[in-house]
Amino acid sequence: MGKTLAEKVWDAHVVRRAEGEPDLLYIDLHLVHEVTSPQAFDGLRAAGRPVRRPDLTLATEDHNVPTFDIDKPIADPISRAQVEALRANAAEFGVPIYSLGSDEQGIVHVVGPQLGLTQPGMTVVCGDSHTSTHGAFGALAFGIGTSEVEHVLATQTLPLKPFKTMAIEIDGPLPAGVTAKDVILRVIVEIGTGGGQGYVLEYRGEAIRALSMEARMTICNMSIEAGARAGLIAPDETTFAYLEGRERAPQGDEWAAAVSYWRTLVTDDDAVFDKVVRIDAATLSPFVTWGTNPGQGVPLSASVPSPDDYADPVDADAARKALEYMGLEAGTPMKDIPVDTVFIGSCTNGRIEDLRAAAEVFRGRSVAPGVQALVVPGSVRVRLAAEAEGLDKVFEAAGAEWRNAGCSMCLAMNADKVAPGKRSASTSNRNFEGRQGPGSRTHLVSPQVAAATAVVGRLASPADLDALVDA
Amino acid sequence: MEKFTVHTGRALPLRRSNVDTDQIIPAEYLKRITRHGFEDALFAAWRSDPSFVLNDPRYAGVSVLVAGPDFGTGSSREHAVWALQDYGFKVVLSSRFADIFRGNSGKGGLLTALVDQDVVESLWAAIEADPELEVTVDLVERQVRAGDLVAPFEVDDYVRWRLLEGLDDIGLTLQHEGDISAYEAQRPAFKPVTA
Repeated sequence: MGKTLAEKVWDAHVVRRAEGEPDLLYIDLHLVHEVTSPQAFDGLRAAGRPVRRPDLTLATEDHNVPTFDIDKPIADPISRAQVEALRANAAEFGVPIYSLGSDEQGIVHVVGPQLGLTQPGMTVVCGDSHTSTHGAFGALAFGIGTSEVEHVLATQTLPLKPFKTMAIEIDGPLPAGVTAKDVILRVIVEIGTGGGQGYVLEYRGEAIRALSMEARMTICNMSIEAGARAGLIAPDETTFAYLEGRERAPQGDEWAAAVSYWRTLVTDDDAVFDKVVRIDAATLSPFVTWGTNPGQGVPLSASVPSPDDYADPVDADAARKALEYMGLEAGTPMKDIPVDTVFIGSCTNGRIEDLRAAAEVFRGRSVAPGVQALVVPGSVRVRLAAEAEGLDKVFEAAGAEWRNAGCSMCLAMNADKVAPGKRSASTSNRNFEGRQGPGSRTHLVSPQVAAATAVVGRLASPADLDALVDA
Repeated sequence: MEKFTVHTGRALPLRRSNVDTDQIIPAEYLKRITRHGFEDALFAAWRSDPSFVLNDPRYAGVSVLVAGPDFGTGSSREHAVWALQDYGFKVVLSSRFADIFRGNSGKGGLLTALVDQDVVESLWAAIEADPELEVTVDLVERQVRAGDLVAPFEVDDYVRWRLLEGLDDIGLTLQHEGDISAYEAQRPAFKPVTA
C-alpha cells in the first residue's frame, strides 16, 4: 500500500523507532518567539545543556511587540522584560534572532516562508499552534508546548506518537469572490473544533491546487482550529516557483536535487486516508463566524443561528453561551451586525496578497464613521513591499491606521486591543472570548470582507459595496 | 517530575465545552518569564463573575477538574497547564482533549484522563449534589472512583509510564544521542540553515 504525503515526511525523519515507545523524530527547523521560550531556555541553563543546533533554530519577536513607536523602548515593562529575555537567551545560546527594528522581524510564520526557510518535506516546529501554516509547502509543521521547545532546543528531536490522516478534498473551482479564508472557515464548521484531533489534514482537490502559496498558508494556518495539529498541501510548480531564488532556498546544483526530491512528496494513488471529507467548491461563499469558537460560523449571507438548531445538547448549550457573550439574537441577518473595530493582519491574513486584496476594496472609499480600522503587516518585509506599492497610502486615505509588523490585535498582548463589549471583524484566527482584549467580541472574516465591513460599518462583502453604488 | 500513581481529592464541575487555552489563561498573563505563579491567572476572565463555579466557596481546595468536551483547544501555551497546576489541580477529566494541551499536560505531570461523556455527566451531578465528594483517579488501574461510580479512563501507555516513573523526556532522549548524530550525518545537503 502506498503512503500519504504526511506519512512520507514522517518516515523520512525517524531517528529511532522502538516497540511501545513514540517515534523519535528529527526536527529540521525550530522557530522561536518571546512568549513560549523563556522557561525552556531556563530549563537548559538549569541542566547545563547547550542548544544542539542553533543553525536550525531561528528567533523573532512578534507576540508582544508594539506596532507603533517601535524605535522607542517597549512601554509595557513586562513585555519589555520578556523581549529582552529572548534577546539575552539568543545571545547566550547562539541562536540567530531578528529583533524589533530589523528588516527581517515579523510574525514567526510569515518570516520562515518569506526567507525560503520553510521547504517541502521538512519538519518544522514552534511554540505556537499556528505553526501548521508551514504545511502549505508540504512540510510537516506543528505547534508545541514549552517543555517540547526545551526538548527540541536540547536534542533537535521530539518523541511523537503517530497520527491518523484525513483528506480534505475541495472539488471544483472556487466561485468568484470566495477566498482561502472562506474555505478554511467552512472546513472548520464541517469538521468541528475537535474533529481533527489526532489527525494530520491534507488539503487536496482542484480548488486547492489553484491557490497561491500565500492562500495555501491561510488554509493550513487554521488547521489547528479544527483540532488538527498539522495540515499540509502537496508541493507543486506553484511551491517551487515561490521558493526559487529565495535566500534560504537551495541554490545551484542543490536546487535541482531538492526539486527532484520534492516531486516525490505527493500522496500515492493507492494510499488510504483514515478519513475523507469532501466539499463541493460550488457551495462555498464568503464565510464569517458568529460565536466564540471558530467552528461557530455561517455564510455571510445567512443569519445568526438559534441554539434550537443544534441536535447535540452540548452544542446547543455552547451556542446559548456564545450568543449571550456575543450579544447577538438568533435570526439576525449577519449583514445587519454593526462592528466597532476592523483588524487586518495576523499569521492567517497578514501577507502581501491579503493587504493587496484589502487595499483594492478600500481604494476610493472611506472607513465608516465610528469604526476603527487597523492594518498590521505580518512582517517588516510585507510592510516595505506594501509601501513600495503605495498600499499604505490607500489605507491611510481611507481612514485606516497603518502599523508596524507583529501579532498585534490577533491576541492583544501588546497595546492593540478591542475595547470591552466592542465588536470586531478580524482577519485573525480565533474568536474566543476575550481573545482580542477582555470582553471583546470577534467575528472572523477574510481580508476582503474585513475591508468591506470597515467601509459599511456592518458585516459586508465587496459585492455588497457594488450593490450600494448601484442602488 | 513528581511521580503520579493515585490521586484523591475533591472535584470542580466545569459545565462548558470548548474550554480554549485563552480561557484557561488569557494572553495578558503570558508575559511572565518564570514557570510558576500563574494561579491567579487561571480562568481569569470567568473568575471576575462571582457566580463562576470556581468562586463557589464549597469548591475551595479542589484538585480534580471535570470539564466538557474539547478541553484545551486553541493556543499551544503551556502556561495553561502551569496555571491549572499552580492553582492545585492534579487531574483533568474530559471526554475530548485538544492534542497540544494533552501533550503539554503529560510533560508537566498534569494527568488528562479521557472518560466517556456519560461519566462526565454522572460526575457533574454527583459533585454538584455533594461538593465534599472525594474523587479518586487511579493511574495504576486506569480507573476513576467516586461514591458508587467506578469508570475506566484512557491514557496513552507511554505517557502513563512516564507519569508513574516521574521521568524527564529530555534525559530519556539524550540516551539516544548516537542515533541523533547518525541521522544528522545523512541529512541531505540542501536542507536549509538559519545562519
